[in-house]
Amino acid sequence: MRSLFYVLTALAVIGLAFWAYRENYRTQAALSKAEQLQHEIARTRQRLRVLNAEWAYLNRPERLMELAELNFDKLGLLPLQPYQFGRIDQVAYPPKDELLPILNPIEVSGMEADQP
Amino acid sequence: MIRTPLRPLARILDARAKGENPDAIERENIRIRHEQMRDRARMRAEGRLLVLGVMFFCAFAVIGGRMGVLASTEPSEPRSSVAGAQILAQRADIVDRKGRILATNFETHSLYAQPPQMIDPERAVEELVRIFPDLDRERLTKDLTGKRKFLWIKKKLSPEQKQAVHDIGEPGLLFGPREMRLYPNGKLAAHVMGGASFGREGVHAAEVIGVAGVEKTFDERLRDPAQGHEPLRLSLDLSVQAATERVLHGGMKLMNAKGATAILMEVKTGEILTMASLPDFDPNDRPRPPVEGNPGDSPLFNRAVQGVYELGSTFKIFAVAQALDLGLINPSTIIDTQGPLRWGKHRIRDFRDYGSEMSATKVIVKSSNIGTARIAQMIGTERQQDFMKQLGFFEPTPVEMVEAQGGQPLLPPRWSELSTMTISYGHGLSASPMHLAAAYATLANGGRKVTPSLLRQPAAQLGPRVMSEQTARASMTMLRKVVSEGTASFGEVEGYAVAGKTGTADKPKERGGGYYEDKVIATFASVFPAHDPQYVLVVTLDEPVETSGDEPRRTAGWTAVPVAAEIIRRVAPLLGLRPQIEPGELAGITLTSN
Repeated sequence: MRSLFYVLTALAVIGLAFWAYRENYRTQAALSKAEQLQHEIARTRQRLRVLNAEWAYLNRPERLMELAELNFDKLGLLPLQPYQFGRIDQVAYPPKDELLPILNPIEVSGMEADQP
Repeated sequence: MIRTPLRPLARILDARAKGENPDAIERENIRIRHEQMRDRARMRAEGRLLVLGVMFFCAFAVIGGRMGVLASTEPSEPRSSVAGAQILAQRADIVDRKGRILATNFETHSLYAQPPQMIDPERAVEELVRIFPDLDRERLTKDLTGKRKFLWIKKKLSPEQKQAVHDIGEPGLLFGPREMRLYPNGKLAAHVMGGASFGREGVHAAEVIGVAGVEKTFDERLRDPAQGHEPLRLSLDLSVQAATERVLHGGMKLMNAKGATAILMEVKTGEILTMASLPDFDPNDRPRPPVEGNPGDSPLFNRAVQGVYELGSTFKIFAVAQALDLGLINPSTIIDTQGPLRWGKHRIRDFRDYGSEMSATKVIVKSSNIGTARIAQMIGTERQQDFMKQLGFFEPTPVEMVEAQGGQPLLPPRWSELSTMTISYGHGLSASPMHLAAAYATLANGGRKVTPSLLRQPAAQLGPRVMSEQTARASMTMLRKVVSEGTASFGEVEGYAVAGKTGTADKPKERGGGYYEDKVIATFASVFPAHDPQYVLVVTLDEPVETSGDEPRRTAGWTAVPVAAEIIRRVAPLLGLRPQIEPGELAGITLTSN
């Protein structure tokens, strides 16, 4: 009985050791994966920052003004002027598409009566 | 262990036979037994002490060893935490009120050399000078072939330059990663941004520190890793700032001015939408402060908050508003304006002779120095001081810029009655345009004090009351008349009901001794729209001359006002302000007698 107990204990120890060994390696793998992802996030963020900076640089008002002046022939852009604000009551209602008056009415109420 | 009996029979019998006392044997045995017990107890106690000692030793050894290991190993980032990814940017971005980037970081490289590792320093010098023509060949040769172990060659490299240096193929030339501050909009809002430079430098990284403007004021906030991913949101509006700077620059050139500044402020919140000061600079490449000449002429000088000037007639409305608030006058009270007004050996004159008497409204509309001085006499020195203090003319403006502290107003050392009279029309007290903007915003805000701020404000300010609402409204009506029928007639912008006051002050000579004859500071402080004040615009031109007429004209009505009007015309639509038809004045009841 006792020897069986010893054998079982030894087996349990071996089993646990094997499990711990595997868990250890899996943890290591997960950690390095996490680290890799962190690096990727960092790189992506860095890239995003660079792109944002470039976007801001390309959209700087000075450049936009120059571009608007260069392409004036095509775009005709001018600074916004006060008179360009519209009021809602300046917009006319769309004209109603009026139907032409019916000049030659056809009697339809009596048509069914003719049919058998 | 076999226990020795206390009275062994053999020895007792033997002792009895010899006639000795057998009790002696017993006592002897007890003694021996006690000695053995004592030895055992001591052994055990000593053993325990030893174990305890060993355990303590181990514990201390572990702690000491761990400390040693911690102290001697390279620090490493925690590998599994989520927070690690956020702490990448050293310095938070700065954005405008709509989230457009004003300042951000950019990754670049620095170039350094380790001469002991160099193979062919002479060739490296040749190549480096070819890539960077600004390097000093002699000095570089001396440094690279001498005893130095390390030297910085360039702090920032462009990717092309980096590739070119890489192509030299010299193992002693090394690159260190750097984060540099980038202002993508260049000169725009340069004075607000200030600039940044490197602090402590290492091979792997360098500190980026703010040197001026909001970069310096909010240095800790921007460098705080906990808030690194959250941009600092300013109250500036990029497009409005750009339009203002453009118009102001054109106006400055047209009016032959040496410098110019414009401040646009929202009345309710005190947010500064635009702060422009010309000449300006590029914060990406901040020039060094000048070592000679007048620091006020340097592009680094922020006229809006640092420039302390006598702002002239723009102050008149404060005297009149206070007198209205105290109930000393009403808008139609007749004021004696017979000139010149003599006070001791001092004489106060008007720009032109406006006749012997005018109503208070006319005093403002025509900008009569004599009339304002008379009103100031009614108010008295102490009450005037108190009012100016409440309007913030005694302290530097609380704007969040390091330079704002430099804008300490210049008060008369002895506030005599003459000072009271001259201050009422803007001479004798020097303040920055920002002070003026804040004071006009207070007038426009129905008499509640407005504190200017460069940060986005969540809600309208409810400052302490400086004057009654009726007074503020009456002052606005007067200011509106200055534009519609007075000295600022060029300031009329259709649909925006501009109200404002001009101010032309002679420039004091730098070395003391009076004022220049032909150098002025022309200011126009305006509020629009007058019937529902929303924005305050202050435009100041330094030494403007308008030369289209027969003789040069320097008054603000001819110089600052047209520039301000053009700014309003350009900027108001950008702010989303619709042109409105001004509500007409209620028909006044005319007293008639029959």
